[in-house]
Amino acid sequence: MGIVSRGFHSRARPADVKLPPGQYLTEDFPVLSAGPTPSIAREEWEFTITTESGTRHRWSWRELLALPSERPTVDLHCVTKWSKLGTGWEGVSLDTLFADVETAAEFALVHSYGDYTTNIPLEDLLGGEAWIAYQYEGEDLAPVHGGPARLLVPHLYLWKSAKWVRGMRLLTEDEPGFWESLGYHDYGDPWREQRYQGD
Amino acid sequence: MDRQDTTDYEDGNALAGPLGELFTADVTAASGRCAGCGRTAVVADLRVYAHAPGLVARCPSCDTVILRLVRAPDAAWLDLRGTVYMRVPLPPA
Repeated sequence: MGIVSRGFHSRARPADVKLPPGQYLTEDFPVLSAGPTPSIAREEWEFTITTESGTRHRWSWRELLALPSERPTVDLHCVTKWSKLGTGWEGVSLDTLFADVETAAEFALVHSYGDYTTNIPLEDLLGGEAWIAYQYEGEDLAPVHGGPARLLVPHLYLWKSAKWVRGMRLLTEDEPGFWESLGYHDYGDPWREQRYQGD
Repeated sequence: MDRQDTTDYEDGNALAGPLGELFTADVTAASGRCAGCGRTAVVADLRVYAHAPGLVARCPSCDTVILRLVRAPDAAWLDLRGTVYMRVPLPPA
């Protein structure tokens, strides 16, 4: 009988990991999508923030990449119950993008290339908790995972981290997005297991 | 923006089981009119994106969302706003 080696792991084994309630650990990166994967040319890509008064802030791809970037390592929790730990990203903090945005709005409705939307309280996008991410594990973000760029809000269920992000409208009243308008929870905190309305 | 050719969807027969929980008639044999482009299509011909938090059925011509279905633990949520009408074949009354 040979010697069985567990090998060397950079991450804790599943038994050592604390996951949000109802989640299981996965090592791969499942692809979930509510529609076809859009192909977006970087020279045509844009990201906009439109305030409640109609002021529009816009960044081209080149302008986004010229901003200071961060490299967060975060855990992902999907409402379909898989969690993936220790994922490495590079992107621009929403704090950087909001530096010159004047707003009294409390909510954001994020929209993507394609017809996807999701709503997030503005305070959850600020304070170092959210990024426009364009690299994953040192590589350009693949289209199936939201490339060229996706929103990354890892403290909420992953449906909030809109793939192919294009912009957001700032709102004084909350407006449900694609899944939030069809039974899913308005906020989506995985640690409180807020999957569906009423959770 | 172009749409990439993908095989990440299934045909509308994937709706048979989930919709069978709601309706007695076989809705996959029904035809419906897309609110986006006006094309009439059999439900079985829709493109269903099932690897998602719910089922999303899109028009095979214009990708408009025809139908969405979420099965929560204690209820189903059905959105038909992309459907102008649905014609469901039935036995003679």
